[in-house]
Amino acid sequence: MDTHAALYEQGKARLDALRQFAPRQQQTLTEKLQQHGITRRDFMKWSAMVTGMLALPLPFSNLVAEAAELADRVPLIWLHMAECTGCSESLVRADTPNLDSLIFDHISLEYHETLMAAAGWQAEENLEHALETYKGRYLLAVEGAIPTANNGSFLTVGCKGHTGLEIIKHAAEGAAAIISVGTCASFGGVQAAYPNPTGAKGVHEVVSKPVINLGGCPPSEKNIVGTLMYFIMFGKLPALDMFNRPKWAYGARVHDNCERRGRFDAGEFVEEFGDHGAKEGYCLYKVGCKGPYTYNNCPTERFNHHTSWPVLAGHGCMGCSEPNFWDDMADFEKPLGRQLLHGLDATADTVGAVILSATVVGIGAHAVASIFAKPLEE
Amino acid sequence: MSKRVVIDPITRIEGHLRIEVEVDENNVINKAWSSSTLWRGIEVILKGRTPMDVGLIVQRICGVCTYSHYRCGTEAVENALGIQIPLNAKYLRSLMQTSLYMHDHIVHFYHLHGLDWVDVVSALSADPAKAAQVALKYTDKPIAAGEGELRAVQERVKGFVETGKLGPFANAYWGNGTYKFTPEQNLIALSHYLKALEVQRVAAEMLAIFGGKQPHPQSLVVGGVTSVRDMLSPARLQEWKQKHAIVADFILRAYQADIVMAAEAFGGEASVLGGVNVKNFMATNDFVLANGEYLFDQGVIMKGDLAGVSDINPELIAEDVSHAWYSADAPQHPYDGTTIPNYTGFVERDTVYGKLPTLDGDGKYSWVKSPRYQGEPVEVGPLSCLLVSYARGNKVVVDAVNALLARTGLPVEALFTTLGRTAARMLQTVIVAQEGLKTFDALLTNIQSDETTYVKPHIDPSREYVGHAMIEAPRGMLSHWIRIKNGVIENYQAVVPTTWNAGPVDANGKIGPYEASLIGLKLEDPTKPLEVIRIIHSFDPCMACSVHVMDFKGQALSEFRVSPNGQ
Repeated sequence: MDTHAALYEQGKARLDALRQFAPRQQQTLTEKLQQHGITRRDFMKWSAMVTGMLALPLPFSNLVAEAAELADRVPLIWLHMAECTGCSESLVRADTPNLDSLIFDHISLEYHETLMAAAGWQAEENLEHALETYKGRYLLAVEGAIPTANNGSFLTVGCKGHTGLEIIKHAAEGAAAIISVGTCASFGGVQAAYPNPTGAKGVHEVVSKPVINLGGCPPSEKNIVGTLMYFIMFGKLPALDMFNRPKWAYGARVHDNCERRGRFDAGEFVEEFGDHGAKEGYCLYKVGCKGPYTYNNCPTERFNHHTSWPVLAGHGCMGCSEPNFWDDMADFEKPLGRQLLHGLDATADTVGAVILSATVVGIGAHAVASIFAKPLEE
Repeated sequence: MSKRVVIDPITRIEGHLRIEVEVDENNVINKAWSSSTLWRGIEVILKGRTPMDVGLIVQRICGVCTYSHYRCGTEAVENALGIQIPLNAKYLRSLMQTSLYMHDHIVHFYHLHGLDWVDVVSALSADPAKAAQVALKYTDKPIAAGEGELRAVQERVKGFVETGKLGPFANAYWGNGTYKFTPEQNLIALSHYLKALEVQRVAAEMLAIFGGKQPHPQSLVVGGVTSVRDMLSPARLQEWKQKHAIVADFILRAYQADIVMAAEAFGGEASVLGGVNVKNFMATNDFVLANGEYLFDQGVIMKGDLAGVSDINPELIAEDVSHAWYSADAPQHPYDGTTIPNYTGFVERDTVYGKLPTLDGDGKYSWVKSPRYQGEPVEVGPLSCLLVSYARGNKVVVDAVNALLARTGLPVEALFTTLGRTAARMLQTVIVAQEGLKTFDALLTNIQSDETTYVKPHIDPSREYVGHAMIEAPRGMLSHWIRIKNGVIENYQAVVPTTWNAGPVDANGKIGPYEASLIGLKLEDPTKPLEVIRIIHSFDPCMACSVHVMDFKGQALSEFRVSPNGQ
């Protein structure tokens, strides 16, 4: 595992290397920020926030700030496969007024079908040009699953009629890093739910490179932007869990940081939507919350500029950042009971089990740190 | 000598759409083909699951109109089980729908459709001082259009252009002769493009307040709404109202002003004065108001005859797959359709870009089926919604439409154009935003004496249930149909707005709204078909929505009788 000091040095070296590339934008970020009335102080505050989000010590916020300023050295190519555009929409919601979206502008967005002005033949030219020009340097973000049945013919993109499968394999070859944005790109998502008629798969199943999985349907804008920042800073993948999700975002169960956790501990449960408990904010486990089985930072980061998240809106977590959740967690408004997920060892149940006086809840509280695989790069 | 033009991907839409056209020696389009190139099979996946999960699954059909399928699927199950949800739940759902429209239509006009009207490069030669004066022509109090702001926007975008790196603006059709705004008008609209990025974030927060998040809110359940704590919190309610005010302000002072500006600038541009060639329109009633009435009316208009609007009869809907990548012998009523994917691929031929795989117009060429009403193609969407309400004499709509026509000096016929379709979307947004406040007030009144948000549903596994729901989604009429047997989903079907608009030609040679809208259009440069993209974007395509599966086997149609008021 990196010590922080070594990591810091690594980050610095990476940024020095980035600085060797010519800037791709006329204006520096500082100038842009000024134009938008964002002070240096606001900017440093934001950097500190991102640093905290990435679970790094505060001194790293200088690196974050610097990385943001150097973001335009990293070309970003974003591909759409079998998807619903929800992840792109999530990205467009980037919060922290203006700033994240500025950073996003500032990253060199070479290809993104929902946002780019060009279309058709000219759009395809842009993609080919970017894949060639920035070979080995571009960051590849993928939204949506890859249909593989019938030679991938359930999805074609572009005038040349290439299948999604062909396009992804080709784009993956020259990518410096690949980020699967959302549960579809990560694990196949809704189209891969039983009986998976199109043979939909996650990106990591069809390319032979490491892929960062950002589970979530959709992932929060913070998890997307934070992951981009990490790559820009360190030029490598962050520490990942057993499903290749960044630990800084997916390191804790939703249940662990839930605002209603106290209610769970006290045995106060919503028995039916809209009842007295629902009005009081009792625990939603009995109406199907999958928080105990789900790893994500929704309770702390929330969505839409911290506006809300499903539990705050009175509905249980549905487990959307987990592989196969459409099948494993189905019947979303019923508790999962003692079913084990992902083949975890049954001892996990007993290790962290909580016996409540009022209600015996059969939660396999898989409080087992071994769920985390070793980080990929050590 | 006719030439084939291929456009794939159509960008700035939801999903994967391919359009091909054939132009004659004068570059006039004489044939067009619309194809969706992705199939996901969501309805197949639904079979055998619990009806309680329908909403959350069908929501994933689309992340743009992210709330529409969620609500429609949930209400289809409620209809099947015979559940009447509490009044508060109706109001909350209506407010979420309001929030969605205010978000979706802004994003569509500025970020998806806007660059078809706005020449970004031309904006760079504008005089910001003059532009600030121009902005005052279209509204007394412009937003993001003061001289200083416009200058800053201009400099920001200049940065892009001077490096030769246009990022997302690269390689578009800038300079095309069918861009009609002056440099100053382009600069105003470009400034609004950037401002709208901020405003849409606020609009998304409106939906998140009662929905938990946006996209893919998570607060509807069969039987009602779960966000009772948000509903009972005065601070939360005010938060919604405040965000509503910010977004509504932008809609009135930027979106509306820009459409008036576009009507003036593009009023003589031939390529936007056609584009409504299937003159049949359909819409359903939606947006519950305080008195239980609906904001918009339901009905069908055939052959552009506003005097002859009739009630929708769902039994007259049939789907043809003769040119879609499915196997079937004849047009099928949705309730007894079969779905067997039958992908036949492309045909190699010469195009304006050289040899390419192209659509087989004589055979099968799309994952979208072709719905027909009484055998005729129909357009759905904001334009259809307003025309139906206008034809019904709906006062709110009639006043709004007449005011806009008066303001722009355009005749009623101007509604039946690409420009009219784009203007209708704006008007719909204005109406929804204004009427939404009345619903909000009705909710405030009701929660003084009633805090119910939920009724517990009950499914008897020994019974069979059949039900449906029809709503007006941002892209037009949407209906979901469900059959429940042994307590699980036996069959499911969604008839989606973009399917009506984007479907391929049918067995009788009748073409749908997308394809029809392009016939007779003259292209300035066939290798840079901006005019095509502008017209197709005016429909606000949503391909993920439109590709779906029919699998209703052996249904007796009578079981799906629908009363005229859609309830």
